[in-house]
Amino acid sequence: MQPRDQQALLSALLADINRIILGKTEPVRMALACLLAGGHLLIEDLPGVGKTTLAHVLARVLGMDMQRIQFTSDMLPADIIGVSVFDRASGTFHFHPGPIFTPMILADELNRATPKAQSALLEAMEDRQVTIEGQTRALPAPFFVIATQNPAFQIGTFPLPESQLDRFLLKIELGYPDAAAERELLAGTDRRQMVAALVPHLSPDQLIQLQQQVRAVHASAALIEYIQAILAYTRTAPFWVAGLSPRAGLALLAVARAWALLAGRDHVLPEDVQAVLPGVVAHRLRWHDGGPGNTGKVGAGEATALQGDRTNNALRAVANGETAAHLIEAVPLP
Amino acid sequence: MARLERPITRRQSLWLLAAAITAFTPLAQHMPLWLSAFAGTAFAWRAWLTLRGGRLPARWLLVLMVAAGSAGVFIEYRSLFGRTPGIALLLIFLSLKLMELRAPRDAVVTVLLCYFLILGQFLFTQTIPTALLTCTAVILTTAALLAANNDRPSIRQQLRHAGSLLLQALPLMLLLFLLFPRITGPLWGMPEDRRSAVSGLTDTMAPGSIAQVSQSDAVAFRVAFKSAPPAQASLYWRGLVMPDFDGRAWRVRETREAYTKPPYSQQPSEQPSPENKPVDYELTLEPHGKRWLFALESPLILPAESALTRDYQLLAHQPIRTRQRYALSSSPAIKKGLADPVDVLRASLALPANSNPRTRALAAGWRKQHGTGNGADAAIVKTAEDFFNRQLLSYTLNPPLAGQHSVDEFLFDSKRGFCEHFASAFAFALRAAGVPARVVAGYQGGEVNPVDGYLVVRQYDAHAWTEVWLAKQGWVRIDPTAIAAPRRIDSNLASAIPATDTPPFLMREQMPWLKALRYRLDAVNNGWNQWVLGYDPQRQRDFLQRFGLDPDWRNMTALLATLCGLALLILTFWVLRQREKMDPAHRAWRRFTRKLAKRGVVWQAWEGPDTFAARATQKLPGQAEKIHAIARCYANLRYARHASYADTPPNDGIAQSHGVAHRKTLANGLTRLNQLINEL
Repeated sequence: MQPRDQQALLSALLADINRIILGKTEPVRMALACLLAGGHLLIEDLPGVGKTTLAHVLARVLGMDMQRIQFTSDMLPADIIGVSVFDRASGTFHFHPGPIFTPMILADELNRATPKAQSALLEAMEDRQVTIEGQTRALPAPFFVIATQNPAFQIGTFPLPESQLDRFLLKIELGYPDAAAERELLAGTDRRQMVAALVPHLSPDQLIQLQQQVRAVHASAALIEYIQAILAYTRTAPFWVAGLSPRAGLALLAVARAWALLAGRDHVLPEDVQAVLPGVVAHRLRWHDGGPGNTGKVGAGEATALQGDRTNNALRAVANGETAAHLIEAVPLP
Repeated sequence: MARLERPITRRQSLWLLAAAITAFTPLAQHMPLWLSAFAGTAFAWRAWLTLRGGRLPARWLLVLMVAAGSAGVFIEYRSLFGRTPGIALLLIFLSLKLMELRAPRDAVVTVLLCYFLILGQFLFTQTIPTALLTCTAVILTTAALLAANNDRPSIRQQLRHAGSLLLQALPLMLLLFLLFPRITGPLWGMPEDRRSAVSGLTDTMAPGSIAQVSQSDAVAFRVAFKSAPPAQASLYWRGLVMPDFDGRAWRVRETREAYTKPPYSQQPSEQPSPENKPVDYELTLEPHGKRWLFALESPLILPAESALTRDYQLLAHQPIRTRQRYALSSSPAIKKGLADPVDVLRASLALPANSNPRTRALAAGWRKQHGTGNGADAAIVKTAEDFFNRQLLSYTLNPPLAGQHSVDEFLFDSKRGFCEHFASAFAFALRAAGVPARVVAGYQGGEVNPVDGYLVVRQYDAHAWTEVWLAKQGWVRIDPTAIAAPRRIDSNLASAIPATDTPPFLMREQMPWLKALRYRLDAVNNGWNQWVLGYDPQRQRDFLQRFGLDPDWRNMTALLATLCGLALLILTFWVLRQREKMDPAHRAWRRFTRKLAKRGVVWQAWEGPDTFAARATQKLPGQAEKIHAIARCYANLRYARHASYADTPPNDGIAQSHGVAHRKTLANGLTRLNQLINEL
């Protein structure tokens, strides 16, 4: 594929998605970048804002089979991975693969399931294989999980621990659509029909090829230094419980590469890093107790002063709990 | 500058508070109590503001408090100038400055005040503990300064950073300490209001006065002998000469300098023998607030700024208010006062009327017995010595109180006395017999510290003896104490007094480990005094001469300037090298941003090239094309494949050939970037 064709293809693909998911250009682009970077996506939002639709659309345009797993509190790992059933006719055990053996999985309301069921999925995500009764079975490639999560304050949820959250390359929020988008949604055709009418733009092989291209996007020494500066900053700043892990650094670089590719560049710019920063760091950095704005390190009087001080966005971002916004302005380019 | 307007965070104000407290605490003992209360209130208020939040006090209130504090200082000292009032004023400013921490500028002012006050401690004491305390305070204050600029690092990191910064400053400090031209006088001397010494000999000797001095184990002076020290029994450190007696106390009379050079000299005719060989030594005298100096008999040269009185008392021109070091050479065999004027001798015969009748009668008998012929005086002295010996006088720290006729009571009734009783009685008896005599006070003996070899003379070595004038011999030293208690002279006080008397604490022999520890501590203290506090022009000269340098102040300044210049040069090279390491593309970019800053678009350090270009073109639409071109060119050089210098592959064979080509494209790109920027 020529670079020019490839660029046209990616634009067409994004245009198709945006035709159905209205007014969410940025999150959609992030979702695609996450997929191209070969990672898994976590969508955290209220029910009904189009999480499931986004998964459906992505699966359609990328030509991937999709299975949906609705997580419930009585779910068992076997419901995800599959079971071995004794076949009376042949006298042997026969493996019935679970929904996980599908290229794209929509894990709906992941935080409703017990930690046991959650970890069955998360381990499969990390290893890209499952081991059942001593036999290791590879998962299809590409393999992509979109998990959705209700905000944790809802009743009957098991919030994912940070170590598990780290396995999702990106976390995005969709949020309510704006007025114009909502009007179009209400007036327009049924989204289900539109999804069914979508044509795949890519074959699985092409998708794998694209993923390889992402890995080849160039990150210069200066850029690596910038990412290191961000990591170092999160580890010394007083605002968070713990700094970013090396895995988070790798994630940041991977998504930034995909972002650069989506922009049609073969090298990463600091702007790419800054653009994907919210999705990468928001779920990985936990504010000190008392929440943002009162991190325990900034005095109450000083925090108010921070908010009043319009000249300094970085500190205002801290007061508002905007992790990425703060990081961007607090870390100078090398 | 948005950066400078950043408010002071909680961490920063806690750092500053800690620095202020460490700067204040050691000074508190020299300040009036109300000032400590004042500062304490301010510190507590600051802590409360920091931890609980709340408004800083209004400016008018602060002005009021400054006025109140300054008035307090003025009432206390009747002045706002001078050492103590000045420091007190600064302490008030410091505690109030903490009340107006608004911007980093205030933090810097606070830190500078702290540094100054830490230095101020040396105006009061200069001991090793003070120096250690000061080091800690400086580290803490430096950490507070670091925190004022960046409060993110932890306490440990901050302190370590401050410590390493100060360590880096150490070579420069040593250089300045060793080479900066010294002026005579102590490093921290403030003569106008130094407190005078607490213990020591006074110019009057009444019964009991030396026994009182003997209770103190403070160091009087230390002596370094150039060769082996003389025998313990001959270590008579002559200090005050007391020719006037009023029936009870002996007094110093002469305080006028008579001789700037010794009026005697070593007799060339005499063969040098162990007895009359001059002894060379260096004496470091602790301040005692009086003018007299101590020396072995008899100094051949006088220390600078000193002179001899007519009774050969060595006097400094100024009272000794700071530690003094002087080199001396004494010859024990000198006859002095052979030609003393008659009035001096006559004064040495004067006695108050009607005192001590029994002693007078006894002495009159001696004179009758020996007549007035040649050698009669010497014979009388001999008789007196015999008499003292026969009386079985006992040496004690606790003699009975003296009544009206103190000499009579001592010689005939109690027969118990301390050295002043012996000296006083002996001199009195001889005067009564018509032999010129006087009392001399000073120190006898001393203790050699085995650690550094210095002879340490303490207050409890204070002693009094007599001098008798004999024809052809001049003034002869006679120690009547030696007759009754020879061990006082041969070893020390503790071994001479009866077991029921309590010797001074440090003289007790029971705890050898304590003694060893004391020797060590004293050696450390002495080293500090000799080499740090006592690093005066003389020491500096010696030090430089050891390296073959001419210790002229001009040379010293030149040397100092050269070494400092050299250090700066090395530093400059290092900084330049760091600069060289900066990507040339980035350097060009900085040039570009500086150019745009002048046109009102300031680059934020976090802005990527595209972000900045977009913002800049909004403000400068006319230049849009050029700005975008520059940003693109820079982004390519710095972030695109094999573009930046730092990206050139490492030195292995295959990569090298690539490297050349890359370097070429790179150079082209750079030229273009610079061109674009120039055109802007």
